Amino acid sequence: MSAMANTMTNDAILKVEHLSMRFGGLMAINDLSFEVRRGEITALIGPNGAGKTTVFNCITGFYKPTMGMISMQQKSGKSFYLERMADFEVTRDAKVARTFQNIRLFSGLTLLENLLVAQHNALMKASGYTVLGLLGFKSYKDASKEATEKARYWLEKASLIDRADDPAGDLPYGAQRRLEIARAMCTGPELLCLDEPAAGLNPRESQELNKLLRSIRADNGTSLLLIEHDMSVVMEISDHVVVLDMARKSPMATPPM
Amino acid sequence: MATVTNPSTVSTGSLTGKALREAAFTAVMAFLMFILFIGLKTDQNIRNELIIVPRWGLLAIVVAIAFVGRFAMVAWLQPWRAASKASSSAAADDEQEAGFFKRNFSKIAILALVLYPPIVLWIFGIQGSLKFIDNFGIQILIYVMLAWGLNIVVGLAGLLDLGYVAFYAVGAYSYALLSINFGFSFWILLPLAGILSAFWGIILGFPVLRLKGDYLAIVTLAFGEIIRLVLINWQDVTKGTFGISGIPKITLFGIPFDASPNGFAKIFHLPMSSAYYKIFLFYLILALCLLTAFVTIRLRRLPIGRAWEALREDEIACRSLGINTVTTKLTAFAIGAMFGGFAGSFFAARQGFVSPESFVFLESAVILSIVVLGGMGSLTGIAIAAIAMVGGTELLREMDFLKVVFGPDFTPELYRMLIFGLAMIIMMLVRPRGFVGSREPTAFLFERKSVSGSFTKEGHG
Repeated sequence: MSAMANTMTNDAILKVEHLSMRFGGLMAINDLSFEVRRGEITALIGPNGAGKTTVFNCITGFYKPTMGMISMQQKSGKSFYLERMADFEVTRDAKVARTFQNIRLFSGLTLLENLLVAQHNALMKASGYTVLGLLGFKSYKDASKEATEKARYWLEKASLIDRADDPAGDLPYGAQRRLEIARAMCTGPELLCLDEPAAGLNPRESQELNKLLRSIRADNGTSLLLIEHDMSVVMEISDHVVVLDMARKSPMATPPM
Repeated sequence: MATVTNPSTVSTGSLTGKALREAAFTAVMAFLMFILFIGLKTDQNIRNELIIVPRWGLLAIVVAIAFVGRFAMVAWLQPWRAASKASSSAAADDEQEAGFFKRNFSKIAILALVLYPPIVLWIFGIQGSLKFIDNFGIQILIYVMLAWGLNIVVGLAGLLDLGYVAFYAVGAYSYALLSINFGFSFWILLPLAGILSAFWGIILGFPVLRLKGDYLAIVTLAFGEIIRLVLINWQDVTKGTFGISGIPKITLFGIPFDASPNGFAKIFHLPMSSAYYKIFLFYLILALCLLTAFVTIRLRRLPIGRAWEALREDEIACRSLGINTVTTKLTAFAIGAMFGGFAGSFFAARQGFVSPESFVFLESAVILSIVVLGGMGSLTGIAIAAIAMVGGTELLREMDFLKVVFGPDFTPELYRMLIFGLAMIIMMLVRPRGFVGSREPTAFLFERKSVSGSFTKEGHG
């Protein structure tokens, strides 16, 4: 088990090195290092207040860490230092998408619109930064059709296709979780960060979620990093577990398969 | 054994009793509220001393109105509404057949607006129709355009802007100053005024990017006032409170509307009248309104429009999806301001005179209340609200018969704010989401279903 610990391999998609985050006098994260490997599902676990969500917020650019380095290595070989980027650039350029602990959907927009908003940057380019789209150029119509197809693919995958034209706020809780994941995937990420995806789900919904996450990894080649309290989910799907204890990392472990 | 009373067996006698009790309570409340407002009037007597004039008769009338109103509401209106609600849920199937008017509403409305001037001309003759085209037509359409422009900022992007009139002022003064000092024509200055206003929208947008909700509202309110105070105090350029007069009229691509030999009336061999210019202005502002509507509808289906609405729903989620919220907010401010600028330059050309008086906070408040009353984000609802609010104000001016009732000193248009307030309160109670509370989705896979207002958010930044 510990043989794997701290071996910084080359196929790491995300490396967190000596990350520290201080809020005034409170040390939320203290010198944390770990890595997420490409094509794997990595779980970040730990007790309440261990700083898991803070780590997420640092990775996705919502917080600027006090110290440390977070580097993202894309498939194409490009690498990004996430701690230097604004939150929206992390998703747009570095291709790291995230979901939230308390679901943040656009509740007044329909499911389809939620997924189209997620493809904002691609559509923006296709619409010639609004100008060509406003004049009704064909390039935007084609891109729009393509985006709708992509949304349809993800709605089918998240088994939400029947409710495509309903407002997102009208969905039951479990479906909202899946929609949030589908929406994050529509940004075309290489790394998907999920903040407690199984929280509040019943066992059946939890199973559906596991299936969705596995297929995301298998079909789309996206690596996953997830925070989870539900150990059954962690043990069932993750290849790799990082334990945060009192803002430090305990030895990395592989769950028994 | 416990006695169970069936609510439907409650007799009408107890309903009257309940109505009487509530009406009496309302009358007491009205008495307490109005005793100082209406019952006592402070006045000056001949020696300039302050005296109190009691007006018990008027107070009694007001209290009686409150009593009767409440009684009628509890005894008749509420049971009637409950009954009609019960019957309407049964008759929900009929809705599809009545849909023709509803489905083609916008087309019918545009056709009606295009036909409006000839019909009014035909009914009232050339001079009689001026009032209807100018006061009811042009005036309302200016507010429709302003409200549609503000709708982009408030209704779509959810940014509460209380200083919208600033951009209207920028547009109006741009046209006034540039046409007088440099002699540019309206057709050059219209886009230029829009661009200048958009530019100001961006400049004012930058400092407020980080503000949300109430704080944003206060700062935009302050910006609106700053622009007005600059217009008052920068006397070398704006002539201060005197305003700028003699602003050139709009020409029909070079053909002026005046009595000169190559004026519009002479060229087309028509009798000289100022009505042609008004009709021309009506069609011009109608075209500008339709442009605004067209652009807004198009923008909503473009990524930028969807990003605005997403921003209204949840800003943090927007950022997590890679949307640059700074540029998204600034484009909302800029495009909203641009339409304000178009409307402003049209306003200046129509009036021939601009002064800071026209750009007070009250204007912002009126435009915002039109947007809120119409239903944020809905173009149809906003147009209806503009007709109701602005047209209602103009109607008040026409109500001379009220002078017979209330005496010759009575000026109905002074009560317009009171009526505005009343309209707002009634709307809050009856339709808290405005005339059109539901939202039309911008895309659909299988069928277009409008989104109920209970899911959409008003925005918080």
